[in-house]
Amino acid sequence: MTPHANTHPGAIGRWRTLPSAGRRAAVSLIVMLLAWELIAHSPRLFGFEVPYLGVLPAPSAVIGEWVMLLGDAHYWGSWYLSFTRVFAGFISALLLGVPLGLWFAISPTMRNLFFPVFEMLRPVPPIAWVPAAIIFWPTQELSIISVIFLGAFYTITLNTYNGGRRVDLAIIQSARSMGASRSNIFRRIVLPGTLPSIVAGAAIGMGITWEVVVAAELISGGNGGGGGGLGLFMWDAYLAGNHEQILVGMLSIGLAGYFSSGLLRRFGGLLTPWLSRN
Amino acid sequence: MKRAAPTSIGHLKIEDAVKVYRSRNVETLAVDHCSLDIQPGEICMIVGPSGCGKTTLLNAVAGFHGLTSGRITLDGELLCGPGKPMAEPGPDRVVVFQNGALFPWMTVLDNVTFGPLSQKTMTTSEAREKARELLADAGLAGMEHRYPEQLSSGVRRRVEIARAMMNDPAVLLLDEPYRALDSLTRAMMHEALLEMHARRPVTILFITHDLEEAVFLGHRIVVMSARPCRPTLQMEIDIPHPRDYSITTSDAYRGYVESALDAVHLEAQKSFAANEAEARP
Ligand SMILES: Nc1ncnc2c1ncn2[C@@H]1O[C@H](COP(=O)(O)OP(=O)(O)OP(=O)(O)O)[C@@H](O)[C@H]1O
Ligand SMILES: [Mg+2]
Repeated sequence: MTPHANTHPGAIGRWRTLPSAGRRAAVSLIVMLLAWELIAHSPRLFGFEVPYLGVLPAPSAVIGEWVMLLGDAHYWGSWYLSFTRVFAGFISALLLGVPLGLWFAISPTMRNLFFPVFEMLRPVPPIAWVPAAIIFWPTQELSIISVIFLGAFYTITLNTYNGGRRVDLAIIQSARSMGASRSNIFRRIVLPGTLPSIVAGAAIGMGITWEVVVAAELISGGNGGGGGGLGLFMWDAYLAGNHEQILVGMLSIGLAGYFSSGLLRRFGGLLTPWLSRN
Repeated sequence: MKRAAPTSIGHLKIEDAVKVYRSRNVETLAVDHCSLDIQPGEICMIVGPSGCGKTTLLNAVAGFHGLTSGRITLDGELLCGPGKPMAEPGPDRVVVFQNGALFPWMTVLDNVTFGPLSQKTMTTSEAREKARELLADAGLAGMEHRYPEQLSSGVRRRVEIARAMMNDPAVLLLDEPYRALDSLTRAMMHEALLEMHARRPVTILFITHDLEEAVFLGHRIVVMSARPCRPTLQMEIDIPHPRDYSITTSDAYRGYVESALDAVHLEAQKSFAANEAEARP
């Protein structure tokens, strides 16, 4: 036995120290994977194929494929491409959406002029913009990014606008009665008062960008474009009949969305330290 | 009249104030030829039935909206009147609201220093030093770096008064600031406010529904009529300041509360009858 043995709790000990939320998540994940594995082997095990799910590749096969892909430059290149597109679209949505939302919130004139147009364009799903985007933008990359941008832009603008309008009138009045100038009120009252809504809008918007990026890549890449990215990675896997890789692609996108939203929430939490969290 | 200490600033005069709210098809006369003369350092308590127009009057003094006619002066200077439809909000008349309006995203210290730093009348270190003093005076030392949400409601109210006092206002405008508090906390707020006033005798215009609060705190009580708002009864409370809770059992105190109660009750009945009449087509 090594001298350090006692300082390392065994697997059971570590399991006990996990918070209960983590333990529950682990249990549900394991149960789900086991059930999936069983179903995938159903023709051999039970002599019949479980409808719909029976044709899925088994998780062990998917994980095996995934482990193999971890050493594959093309797979990581797809990650990189999708990430840069999401990042570019998301940042431009943030840079345009937040000021526009704030402007809607503080200026009735602005609201009256442009809010109806905004509300009319909003129901058009980002994917429906793909053909127009391809025609409009000079490069395929820009068309994909512009579609991603739209995915996040409406949500961020609308959340910012609503948050800005909900800043308590009494708070603004009390700032005025303490002699704050208009710019002071904007910087120290309206902006921080809207920040929690901006963060919430950004987190939702980030989720949408991942929904959009795959579709945008599928469409533009499928058109002989060869644009790459996780979307096209999946499309290629489909064309090649590699079901394991399709699932790896799906799970990769899920993970990417999960991490980027999580990261954003973490960062948003740092920006809004006054909000109590449970 | 007995005053906590002689001061010369904070003479608030409201003359013939009238306020009519106009919306699409209704006109509401909220304040009708209301005059009030509040002396420097006086604590003037306004009581009156719900919806009579007390907040409307206070907001006109604060500068959140204008008057339809009439004039308001502070130490002889015209705040609002002929040729000046609306007072400019300013740190000489700081407002404390019923539901509290601390800035949730600022720590106690940042809240309290907000006024002078916005007005650029102090450097950051000067403001912080003064804020710490004011907070310590109010028994709030050690709270500087907390956010409002982490404070009890009583502490929040005291921080808010400290924040207002940071601006060295001539008049403190309090619109039912303790309404949402439980009676025990409220009693402590009352004593704390009077202590503060003894240290720094600012003029206070204080709106309340609570007659005991009015008698306990005020140099004078003004009972407002049912809408439209105008003073129907003024009562000097001849109990020497500084007061503490032992006076609440005295005969004089109970007498004041009872006569105020009678006056308010009468107005409440009128207001109720008026609303009934209004409700009928
Ligand atoms: N912006 C407004 N537009 C139209 N009417 C208003 C407006 N603000 C207040 N009123 C009306 O004016 C009257 C007086 O309102 P105000 O808020 O001043 O009363 P209050 O005495 O402060 O009442 P409370 O004791 O409930 O706080 C009420 O009938 C109210 O409905
Ligand atoms: Mg009111």
